Amino acid sequence: MIHVSGVSKRYGTQTVVDDVSCYIKDGGITSIIGPNGAGKSTLLSMMSRLLDMDAGSVTIDGLDVNDTPGRELARKMAILRQDNQLTVRLTVRDLVGFGRFPHHGGRPRIEDKAYIDQALDYLDLGALADKFVDELSGGQRQRAFIAMVLAQDTDYLLLDEPLNNLDMKHAVEMMRLLRRLTDELGKTVVLVIHDINFASCYSDNIVAMREGRLVHQGAPAQIMQPEVLRDVYEIDIRIEEIEGNRIGVYFA
Amino acid sequence: MKAVVSTGLPTALTQHQRRPIKGVPPKTWIIVLAVLAAALVAVFMLIDLRGNIGYILPRRAIKVGSMILVAYAVGVSTVLFQTVTSNRILTPSIMGFDALYMLIQTGLTFAIGGQALLTMGAPARFVIEVALMVAFSFLLYRWLFTGGGKSLHLMLLVGIVFGTMFRGISSLLQRLIDPSEFIILQDLFFASFNNVDGLLLLVSALAVAAVSVLAWRMRHQLDVLSLGRETAMNLGVDHKRSVISVLIICSVLVAVSTALVGPITFFGLLVASLAYQLCSHFRHTSVLAIAVLLGIIALVGGQLVLEQVFAFDTALSIVIEFVGGIVFIALLLKGKVK
Ligand SMILES: Nc1ncnc2c1ncn2[C@@H]1O[C@H](COP(=O)(O)OP(=O)(O)OP(=O)(O)O)[C@@H](O)[C@H]1O
Ligand SMILES: [Mg+2]
Repeated sequence: MIHVSGVSKRYGTQTVVDDVSCYIKDGGITSIIGPNGAGKSTLLSMMSRLLDMDAGSVTIDGLDVNDTPGRELARKMAILRQDNQLTVRLTVRDLVGFGRFPHHGGRPRIEDKAYIDQALDYLDLGALADKFVDELSGGQRQRAFIAMVLAQDTDYLLLDEPLNNLDMKHAVEMMRLLRRLTDELGKTVVLVIHDINFASCYSDNIVAMREGRLVHQGAPAQIMQPEVLRDVYEIDIRIEEIEGNRIGVYFA
Repeated sequence: MKAVVSTGLPTALTQHQRRPIKGVPPKTWIIVLAVLAAALVAVFMLIDLRGNIGYILPRRAIKVGSMILVAYAVGVSTVLFQTVTSNRILTPSIMGFDALYMLIQTGLTFAIGGQALLTMGAPARFVIEVALMVAFSFLLYRWLFTGGGKSLHLMLLVGIVFGTMFRGISSLLQRLIDPSEFIILQDLFFASFNNVDGLLLLVSALAVAAVSVLAWRMRHQLDVLSLGRETAMNLGVDHKRSVISVLIICSVLVAVSTALVGPITFFGLLVASLAYQLCSHFRHTSVLAIAVLLGIIALVGGQLVLEQVFAFDTALSIVIEFVGGIVFIALLLKGKVK
């Protein structure tokens, strides 16, 4: 499980993550929602030791992220960042291959290739595997980075807006894939997502943030309520039940 | 985890696909450049070989040896530095490293006197200077690179401020130094390939070999680091430690090249930019080999042309700086500054 306790981050006088605590149990999808600037990415970066926290602690499977050796953590948890850029020229397959680095330390073994092919296949990148990453479209690049994180084959996946740039087909496939990874392989997925309806249909647990604080937490049915969503986003969202899923209507 | 592999999805699509040959593979470049570099070195050693061979050959060997060492030091330090700082424009010299080394040379002369330095001998002096260099660059630059999230503009600015400051303090100290001691210092600063001390070359080569072992052991981590700080951390690389190691490697390499030929600002940028262009699949082992070979070709070839065709040999650094400076401006204008 992931245990976040009393985590805070300040930039100057501004507190961007304010004493956030939550407990994410193993297996299942947890979606973090909230308006721009709520501190979602900052929280995820601290959970994955990319950013130092000013207060609090995070443990993953009992390991404190700030004093566990990097390589050990990298075999347990993988993180996809909100924006990913490359300064070097690499093919998609090379990039995805780097996901195996925590396991082989630079000396690829035969079994690593199976994971790489699998990840390429999951993200529908077979035809693009030998293209250079800098020659891809935004959504294709996003998929390449997700494939790298999947090739890492960790029990915990932290994904910051994995649906960024993806078209409807790939967005749905991505969410189905995450569902399958949790249901069939028992992985634990935490993702930041802006589309509350995807969050509603696919997650087991939703965490809502606003102005650096965790304001609501619960099952989709508890969070997908007009008054809760108004509290988070400050707009009125009508909730319809369609095929057993609660869908927010906010277009008009 | 076996389950991932056995979910029975069609993997045929991704298997048995030939990698399209995009340009020339790095290996071919390495072979071509190595042959060219070896040929140039051979020509340099053997051309116009008249008179006292026993005197000329060792002198030429020292000259060519120092060119190779400088090409190696500049190429490797630039590429490693650009990897850990995730940029393609800043180099150790642009960040003021060689100005720092010159300040250390001046400061040492000021503190213990030129005569004392001369009697100490080049190798001992060099060792002290390198030690000071590593210590000071660690103190001055560590904060800039370990945190991450520093903008290129900030780093460039810091580099310019540091460089100007180091040069300013150096010239102040030089004014305070006794004129006869200043002459000794001038010999150090206006070093060229023509008056390299054989013993100094040997000590430099040993220093370079030592840091190369360190760099070689880091080669896989370096490839990961080139994906950027956060991705590298996600993949389990200790970013802080790697940056500090590279900082130490760079300090030693800059000290070596500056001790041998004085400051050269844009040469590293020139060979590194070209090496990235030639290397279709980024791997440090390939990029470094190409950068070093390009450096050797530029230095030995350039020196050869200048000596043989134009019959003068002090202008090589000017030519290289001129071309390198243009590359620097071109990179800035191309909007690679983020
Ligand atoms: N390096 C930084 N320096 C100063 N302030 C920062 C820094 N990084 C983030 N912030 C501030 O922290 C707040 C939270 O940022 P964060 O990126 O976590 O938001 P977010 O919830 O992920 O937003 P989005 O939905 O737009 O991705 C913002 O107000 C942002 O301006
Ligand atoms: Mg964000």
